[in-house]
Amino acid sequence: MEKTALNRLKPGMRGQIDALTAQGLLRRRLMDLGLMPGATVEMLQAAPFGDPTAYRVRGAVIALRAADAARITVILPA
Amino acid sequence: MRPHEDAPRRIALAGNPNVGKSTVFNALTGLHQHTGNWPGKTVATAQGRVHFRGQSYTLVDLPGTYSLLASSPEEEVARDSLCFDRPDAAIVVTDATALERNLNLVLQVLEILPNTVVCVNLLDEARKKRVQIDLAALSRALGVPVVGCAARSGKGLPELMEAVEGICAQECTPASVPYPPRLEEALAALAPRVSGCGLPGRWTALRLLEGEGALYEQLLHRVGAGEEAALVAQIAALRQGLGGEALRDTVVRAVNERAAALVGLCVRWEESAAERRERRLDKLLASKSVGIPLMLLGLGVVLWITLQGANVPSQWLSAALGRLETWLSAGAARVGMAPWLQGLLIQGMYRTLAWVVSVMLPPMAIFFPLFTLLEDAGLLPRVAFNMDYLFRRCGAHGKQALTCCMGLGCNACGVMGCRIIDSPRERLIAIVTNNFIPCNGRFPTLIALILVFFAAGSSPLAALLLLGVLGLGLGAALLSAKLLSVTVLKGQPSSFALELPPYRRPQVGRVIVRSVLDRTLFVLGRAAAVAAPAGLVIWLLANVSVGGMTLLARCTGALEGLGQLMGLDGTILTAFILGFPANEIVLPIALMAYAVQGSMSSYASLAELGQILTQNGWTWLTALCAMIFSVMHFPCGTTCWTIWKETKSVGWTALAVALPTAAGMACCMAVAALARLLGAG
Repeated sequence: MEKTALNRLKPGMRGQIDALTAQGLLRRRLMDLGLMPGATVEMLQAAPFGDPTAYRVRGAVIALRAADAARITVILPA
Repeated sequence: MRPHEDAPRRIALAGNPNVGKSTVFNALTGLHQHTGNWPGKTVATAQGRVHFRGQSYTLVDLPGTYSLLASSPEEEVARDSLCFDRPDAAIVVTDATALERNLNLVLQVLEILPNTVVCVNLLDEARKKRVQIDLAALSRALGVPVVGCAARSGKGLPELMEAVEGICAQECTPASVPYPPRLEEALAALAPRVSGCGLPGRWTALRLLEGEGALYEQLLHRVGAGEEAALVAQIAALRQGLGGEALRDTVVRAVNERAAALVGLCVRWEESAAERRERRLDKLLASKSVGIPLMLLGLGVVLWITLQGANVPSQWLSAALGRLETWLSAGAARVGMAPWLQGLLIQGMYRTLAWVVSVMLPPMAIFFPLFTLLEDAGLLPRVAFNMDYLFRRCGAHGKQALTCCMGLGCNACGVMGCRIIDSPRERLIAIVTNNFIPCNGRFPTLIALILVFFAAGSSPLAALLLLGVLGLGLGAALLSAKLLSVTVLKGQPSSFALELPPYRRPQVGRVIVRSVLDRTLFVLGRAAAVAAPAGLVIWLLANVSVGGMTLLARCTGALEGLGQLMGLDGTILTAFILGFPANEIVLPIALMAYAVQGSMSSYASLAELGQILTQNGWTWLTALCAMIFSVMHFPCGTTCWTIWKETKSVGWTALAVALPTAAGMACCMAVAALARLLGAG
């Protein structure tokens, strides 16, 4: 079971969220958007300058900055 | 009045942003309330009346929120409205294409208000995306009515009202979200004690256990009824082992797991052609190679349509208002109005007002609907996505890209649009730097100067140069943002979690009505309120003489030295200052001062304009500096007023005036000094 930070996913890669290390408002905001342990995330694409990145989560597309995505750990499928 | 008609029932309308909640609200109430989560969004609640089968309902449109748990202003408004105003029932509008996340809010609303109807909107789009939802199963699992809708085509709305009618007549007992055993035990102990204050015991108990700020105090006060100390002790005891932040996570997770389970039960989904198309479009619009050029091209097209399209109605309006002026003058003469009063009111006030209206109205009436169309189509979040990097590097928020785009139409609108930025620090940065983006009102001046002095009538070159001027404005805005974020507005960039909503076919008719009413007329009203009194002042300055010289001539004389230093002259500087009511009138005032006329005048052709300016000592350097100062100077009266309204602070308003003015003066002086040093100009 390999774990990595969400911002390290390459386009098309999927993972299951393991934990959020973000705290406070950001943590809540992420959870509101469906980014919480157990959810499956797919990396879609990065913006033209490489940051932020668009992810598919629970049927919606959410853009996150790398610094924020780094605070989400995902489990990669075996 | 019919005998059985009771007092209107209050129905709260909740929903995530971007789910068509406004569409449902407008369709049901017949109003045109715009409450998108993009520019113009309101944190206040809008209300409208619905009549259905002899009963009237007051529909309360809550702000769009993802949740009722976190603490953004919108979420607080929505939550407080549901819990303290106690509406008779609620409708939660959800997006059929992203039901799982939407169900989070549904489950949270159900905890506060059991009498809730779930409206699954955008069923038409879900069908296109091959999402199948078993509404009956969802209704059974939730324990409340679920109605499918395609609100844009009006489908399902009668059924929705029918469900609302039904739910007002009965008590619903929706299935509760199951929490982990320890929390359930604590809830079971506390809920009976805190029920009976008109709020659901389970929900109240949960919030008390979470112990959250203002709401906690309010609830404590409400249910404590004199025994608050005992209640606090009980809560503290129950909280043992549940944890603070951890408890909140437990709650959010339980709600989400329940939502996921419901979706597993009722939704079937397969990747569809529509969705693949959407991803392909995203890949293109945000690709490294063509993403940014495509955006610029789009911007260019919007500006081109605006400027080209505005020409004819502008001339038409100007002619019509000119005729009206002739009649007004004739009328005034007939009733024997003193010539000075006539001059003051008609040539001063009326003419300035007419000028502002005829120059401002057409481009705004074209630009804002176009902008709203892009917004409706879901393109603007992609702009924010593409531009976020630049803004982040400058300590600003990605959504500032959008407020900058709005600033192109009108800086006052851009400043108002900054409400979409949650973080107060980044919002202030966006407000203070918005004026660096030249608005529609400055385009005529910029374009005229480009055509006369730099592009010699070649429009592709002129367009390119105009884009360059916009680049200068954006660069200045970014640099200033950086400067602010390392000085007075120090801080880390906040997080940026932005939803990229599905592309949608915009609703053209509604967009036009909405943007004309909400933005264009609103701004025009403010501009007129500033322009009319300013017209008076300008006329007085141009017509009152002291010691054989008009006040205007004295002003231009006094500013001559500074003007020269900035590569301009006293007249241009005076024109900028007198152009405070609206940037459109800067060039006309300068022409009036050059010609020593008592009132503002237009120019017949670009050649004539060039001639007048050259005769008065303009060179390419004067034009360049005038363009720089046009991009970087104090905001117009309307914008200043708006900045003050939005910040409620004289200090920030003063900074928003001082920063661009200082930057513009410094740039102009540097350019002029350099040019003179090199012997040019």
